[in-house]
Amino acid sequence: MPVKSPFHPRTSQLCESMNYKEWAGYYAVSSYLVHHDMEYFAFRNSAGLLDITPLYKYSVKGKDAASFLSRIMVKNINKLKVGRVTYCCWCTADGKVVDDGTVMRRGDEEFFVTSADPCFSWFSRFKRGYDVQLEDISTQIAGLALQGPTSRDIIKQITSADMDRLKFFGTTRARVAGFEINISRTGYTGDLGYELWVDNANAIKLYDLLMAEGGRYNIRPAGLDALDVTRVEAGLILKDVDYYNALHALIDDRKSSPYEISLGWTVNLERAPFNGQKALKKEKESGSSWTIVGLDIDWTEIEKLYNSYGLPPEVGSMAWRDSIPIYKDKSKKTQIGYATSGTWSPILKKNIALATIEKKFDKPGATVQIECTVEHIRHTVSARLTSPQFFNPERKKSTPSVENKKQ
Amino acid sequence: MKGNYDAIVVGGGHNGLICAAYLAKAGKKVLVLEKRYVLGGAAVSEELYPGFTFSVASYVVSLFRPHIIRELELAKHGYEVIPMDCSLSPLPNGDSLARWGDAHKSRREISRFSQKDAEVYPEFSRIMTHMGKLAKEVIDHPAPDINSLKIKELANLLRLGKAFKDLGPDLLHMNIKLVTMSALDFLDQWFESEVLKAPMSVSGIIGTFQGVRSPGTAYVLLHHYMGQLDGAFRSWGFSKGGTGGISMACANAARSYGAEIKTNAPVHKVLIKNGQAYGVVLENGDEYTAKTIISNLDPNQTYLNLVGEKNLDDEIVKQVKRFKFRGSSGKVNLALDRVPEFSCRPGVGDHLRGDIAIAPSIDYLEKAFDEAKYGSFSKRPYINAVIPSLTDPTVAPPGKHILSCFVQYAPYNIKEGAENWPKYREAFGDAVVDTMAEYIPGLKDMILYRQVLTPWDIEKQMGLTEGNIFQGELSLEQLLFQRPISGYAKYKTSVPSLYMCGSGTHPGGGIMGASGELCAKTILQSRSI
Repeated sequence: MPVKSPFHPRTSQLCESMNYKEWAGYYAVSSYLVHHDMEYFAFRNSAGLLDITPLYKYSVKGKDAASFLSRIMVKNINKLKVGRVTYCCWCTADGKVVDDGTVMRRGDEEFFVTSADPCFSWFSRFKRGYDVQLEDISTQIAGLALQGPTSRDIIKQITSADMDRLKFFGTTRARVAGFEINISRTGYTGDLGYELWVDNANAIKLYDLLMAEGGRYNIRPAGLDALDVTRVEAGLILKDVDYYNALHALIDDRKSSPYEISLGWTVNLERAPFNGQKALKKEKESGSSWTIVGLDIDWTEIEKLYNSYGLPPEVGSMAWRDSIPIYKDKSKKTQIGYATSGTWSPILKKNIALATIEKKFDKPGATVQIECTVEHIRHTVSARLTSPQFFNPERKKSTPSVENKKQ
Repeated sequence: MKGNYDAIVVGGGHNGLICAAYLAKAGKKVLVLEKRYVLGGAAVSEELYPGFTFSVASYVVSLFRPHIIRELELAKHGYEVIPMDCSLSPLPNGDSLARWGDAHKSRREISRFSQKDAEVYPEFSRIMTHMGKLAKEVIDHPAPDINSLKIKELANLLRLGKAFKDLGPDLLHMNIKLVTMSALDFLDQWFESEVLKAPMSVSGIIGTFQGVRSPGTAYVLLHHYMGQLDGAFRSWGFSKGGTGGISMACANAARSYGAEIKTNAPVHKVLIKNGQAYGVVLENGDEYTAKTIISNLDPNQTYLNLVGEKNLDDEIVKQVKRFKFRGSSGKVNLALDRVPEFSCRPGVGDHLRGDIAIAPSIDYLEKAFDEAKYGSFSKRPYINAVIPSLTDPTVAPPGKHILSCFVQYAPYNIKEGAENWPKYREAFGDAVVDTMAEYIPGLKDMILYRQVLTPWDIEKQMGLTEGNIFQGELSLEQLLFQRPISGYAKYKTSVPSLYMCGSGTHPGGGIMGASGELCAKTILQSRSI
């Protein structure tokens, strides 16, 4: 049986649809209403409030905390400044990705790490010789993501912490109605948004405050179905959907390097040894076999295809995560990869997908064919190769105080 | 002299019945002769107390070959296995560990004892899935003959070699460790908590006269992971109506294909003329002849009793006599007037609907083995208990329950001599009930009926030599082309026209059905009938 997050007393009251799924052993709301689209539009037009407690959370403290994390992560955490957050991944010795997540530097010797899979055991394996205290605080800390254009205004109502100065991927401690929380300007929607980390004891108080103050800013509780649409639009990959944890992958073919899952930019190669360094250097030199791309699927072809059956085009409103074959051309002779997740983007009015394709076929703007089943018959339609980041609004990174100064 | 059968199967255990069903399905005229009033051998259900149907000996199912279910249409004939969700390990201090089908729930449970173990658990099962793939390759085919240069045999070896090679270097090294290490040493590579390791390690010793630290016990750990490869999410289950239900389904299938099955028909000897088997004679003197005789009995019973030393070469006799049985377990079946609730988790719930392992620590298991080594049953034994009546309502009256306890160690050769087991039977039963009562308050007041099976009883009732539940120990030197004896590992015996189909042949015990199936297919391929 899944367990209930500290917010469950509130979220369960709000979840009219009774539409839940299991996320890391927790009850997680898929959508509060029967259809998730209002929740999606809350993320994009006002603010959506999502319970992210099921993420795994670790506290890393001590003199060697930064070098310990640098040993594990593909990114040089020594260089991360206090008050900053970084997104990266961590690898096995052969350079295959175990998991991805965020690392927040809350102090010189104090870090907060989030992950999708339990990683306490994995991190512990590398503790020897480091003066570091690693603690799993997953069940002590609750998390809320408040994402969307009005999210900053809402948070400003509940704390005096300077939200106007908190930059994208910044983090700060904040005092809220008599208790402390941590705020990071992070999220999984690719929009202006924040994640709030609170002790379990104060979780409900925080939730109530946000909902009360957020009313004027059209806050809405949002579930994972809406999140899934936004994360595909933002080109953010998901473990067990777009790639596998190398420790759990049954066969080597299912393992991926950071370069193969569009996380090459998070790798800092030239520095003290870290997990996977040797293998990643080699791969950097010799080139990777696979890459993740965005697919902009040709809508007129879809329309035409449906039209040939006398049907209007049908696309589900939900994001999907089945593996769909990608071919080089209409002949279907050469399969060059597979799409792993996709969605109809209500804001872009585009049918988009994230796909893993062979690196040699990765030519931006090139046209490939993606399978499309209509009336039980498999066809293909054209798709254009793009960056996976389909949606990237300016507000995501905007900082009013800094911009005002410029004027 | 009666009937002219294509094949006579001596012994109506599940393997004998499966063998008969395959032969009958191929159009052969088949007769099965069972000594007892009831079919099933060790996979048998008996109503020993009004309203209570006991799985007297074997009690859970995991490895039954799914293609046998399909090929013999066993579902149509009553085969039904209901999965178990939980493995509960109660501890003497009132705590307990439960492992579930829900991976996150298991992780939370294990992390109470070791967070590292909880997180490494999926990595372990990844490795075991690969190991299981290889094992499946082994159990679903006759053992290769390493001395033969025949193309077919070489191809067999190559197929196996390829399966090994396909593992890749890391997994290949792991496989070598798996077949040579002790269950405990193997688990030590991943885990630190005894609360987890103790109940995991015991699957390596079931039915063998070895301890969890004895080398060679690791590979049996696989059995827990192989069920998943057969397309089942939960690998262990209860057979509806007890494990006899499986035997009945096999018997029904055999009959539907035209096989004839006789109970209360104990076979005295295999009839041999000019060195060749041609029939059997029952204890009552009735004779039946057939082109092929198939023994579902163990190697000892088959060679030394049915055939007899005088019909065998000296070398064969020596080999058979050296084959290790050394039964090490017993069974205590209890009829209870209510649900036995455990003090570690009061109440009735899914934690009672799986298997319950009394294996609280490694030392506990080793002490239990120590006593057995010196010829006594364990005063505090390893017990694998199930309450099938909480899952299958057909085995006990409403509100009443069965507590079935598999007990190890109960060595066949006690220091007083095996024939003196009957004198110690009740003391053995008391030790088991006393042990269980430490975890189940008030157990002794719930007992309506108690059946105690010592290895001696298992030998006398079911004909299993020295009470070995697998028809011979599943130790490395007695597997594959060495099971039961070198040179005669492909269901043939040293006596022409006499075959063996019991778990004393490759791939061995557990309710798999593979021996019966592979024996039948071997006979059919040889076109000798």
